[in-house]
Amino acid sequence: MTRRSPLLLSVLLFGYAFLYGPIISLMVYSFNESRLVTVWGGFSTKWYFELLDNDQILGAAWLSIKIAAVNASVAVVLGTLAAMALVRYGRFRGRATLETMVTAPMVMPDVIIGLSLLLLFVSMERLTGWPQGRGQTTITLAHITFSMAYVTVVVRSRLAHMDRSLEEAALDLGARPMKVFFAITLPIIAPALAAGWLLAFTLSMDDLVIASFVSGPGATTLPMVVYSSVRLGVSPEINALATIIVVIVSLAVAAAGLLMYRQEKRQQD
Amino acid sequence: MNQARNTASDASWQAGSAEPAIRIENVTKTFGKTYAVDDVSLDIYPGEFFSLLGPSGCGKTTLLRMLAGFETPSSGRILIDGKDVTQVAPYERPINMMFQSYALFPHMTVADNIAFGLKQEGMPRSERDKRVQEMMELVQIVPFAERKPHQLSGGQRQRVALARALAKHPRILLLDEPLGALDKKLREKTQFELVNIQERLGITFIIVTHDQEEAMTMSSRIALMRDGRVEQVDPPRRLYEFPISRYAANFIGSVNLFEGVVIEQQGDEVLLQCDEAGAVLRVRDSRKMASGMPLCLAVRPEKIRLLAPGEEGPNQLTGVIREIAYLGDVSIYHLELPGGKRVQFTQSNVQALAEQPLTWDQTVTISWRPDSCGALSE
Repeated sequence: MTRRSPLLLSVLLFGYAFLYGPIISLMVYSFNESRLVTVWGGFSTKWYFELLDNDQILGAAWLSIKIAAVNASVAVVLGTLAAMALVRYGRFRGRATLETMVTAPMVMPDVIIGLSLLLLFVSMERLTGWPQGRGQTTITLAHITFSMAYVTVVVRSRLAHMDRSLEEAALDLGARPMKVFFAITLPIIAPALAAGWLLAFTLSMDDLVIASFVSGPGATTLPMVVYSSVRLGVSPEINALATIIVVIVSLAVAAAGLLMYRQEKRQQD
Repeated sequence: MNQARNTASDASWQAGSAEPAIRIENVTKTFGKTYAVDDVSLDIYPGEFFSLLGPSGCGKTTLLRMLAGFETPSSGRILIDGKDVTQVAPYERPINMMFQSYALFPHMTVADNIAFGLKQEGMPRSERDKRVQEMMELVQIVPFAERKPHQLSGGQRQRVALARALAKHPRILLLDEPLGALDKKLREKTQFELVNIQERLGITFIIVTHDQEEAMTMSSRIALMRDGRVEQVDPPRRLYEFPISRYAANFIGSVNLFEGVVIEQQGDEVLLQCDEAGAVLRVRDSRKMASGMPLCLAVRPEKIRLLAPGEEGPNQLTGVIREIAYLGDVSIYHLELPGGKRVQFTQSNVQALAEQPLTWDQTVTISWRPDSCGALSE
């Protein structure tokens, strides 16, 4: 073992504390007996049971998951198509426009995206009658709009690094372009698609600002519920919910890591 | 072995009787304003091992990609067995290609890689398995059938790429720098294997390379390319012994060039006044040449002979040895002529310990025969 300097060690500890301190304190307080978030009243799991009875929060969580899943799936398809167009088709009419439009949602403030989408939906409804009112559909559409940009960036870099001659070799061996895409290109960029899907899912789960703009009375996503209840005073139920989310996310990350590790090992054998 | 195959197979394209497997007609390819391939016409015959040789950027790879169908010529036609395929998609050509990067599909096993092309043409499973097995035996990779490409060494990958490209039994196989990524020893071994496989299967091979040695060892004919144009097309021996231009002479092997002016023609020999050498040189060439016309004499270092003291010979030059490079089998000497021009010549090291080896600053006389050198007008 190499000896590490005490300074380095303390910097490391400080870094960990900075990153994980808030999360740990949140998890600890989710087991707090007291209704006051800042006062420790002894260990209890009652907030978890109360959470199970809180239909508002559970409904919002379910809605958020539905929106996030649909959003991620559609964004992956659209983002991949956009990335293919940008990487594979060289120069074409409107290329510069597409390139700008694809990156715009990443640099534009959420408030402006939310507002402009709201105006779009309202005027569309007035002109065509669709979408009727605002709710789950409009939130999903809005999320697709901006998460597609992120997917495009992720997939695009993977495509750009992919050896073109792999596709040419497949063409040369008699595969038609469609077949080449599904048999060669898609499996090779699959990790980027998975990463893009997860990214889009997370972005959607996380979004408060845009969802608030384009949502209607019937649709309240999880971040909206959390935010509004925090304004009324932080409820320990929210702590419990956050703890559950953190645990699920950690397990998912650990599982993904394990899977990747196994795959890598298998490939090395 | 190689020599035998050259003379045996020379006949078909010299007689001009055989139908070419590939005919390239005035093909030009431009990228923007640059001419990657500039008005190239070539006939390549069945069973040939044909090399496109040239430095990087000479258009050889672009030409190959046009044959495979990845690029479309800006003008001109490409015919395979007499059929115009200029606009035919790559997946519909009876041609397969082995890529410089090998382009093995990373998510498939060796066997699946080789089977990919067969699957596309809908070959039944049992027949396909048999063909894959055959191919793996041909290139000796049977033990690696279930491995993924990243678990193979460079040499093994090269074999898989070859097997995959050969699996469909194409009429013509294109090879883009097939040995470029291998180390020297492996490259030499693989050269002979490629030639053996080509002879066994009787497939027309068209190979792109920048390595003149590789082209010389393997090819039945070589097209030497320069700036998108074909400089010279000939069997290796002709290309080496009778280059048509200074560029061709310089590209393959080393050469001494003597610039001069034609004095007169005596029979089939041309007399050349060469001021650089301070002498009149003789070269055998039966082409008609007017006196006063500038001409360049090219002589290979190994054609130059050392004269014993008192001995006389044609094209006799005397100078001082300035540099010696001992390469084991031969030694290279740089002779400085009185005018300052340097001449390179080689001597085989026949004896392990020569009694009187040539040394620096020694004055020697060299000579070469008029029929052992060439006259270049370009």
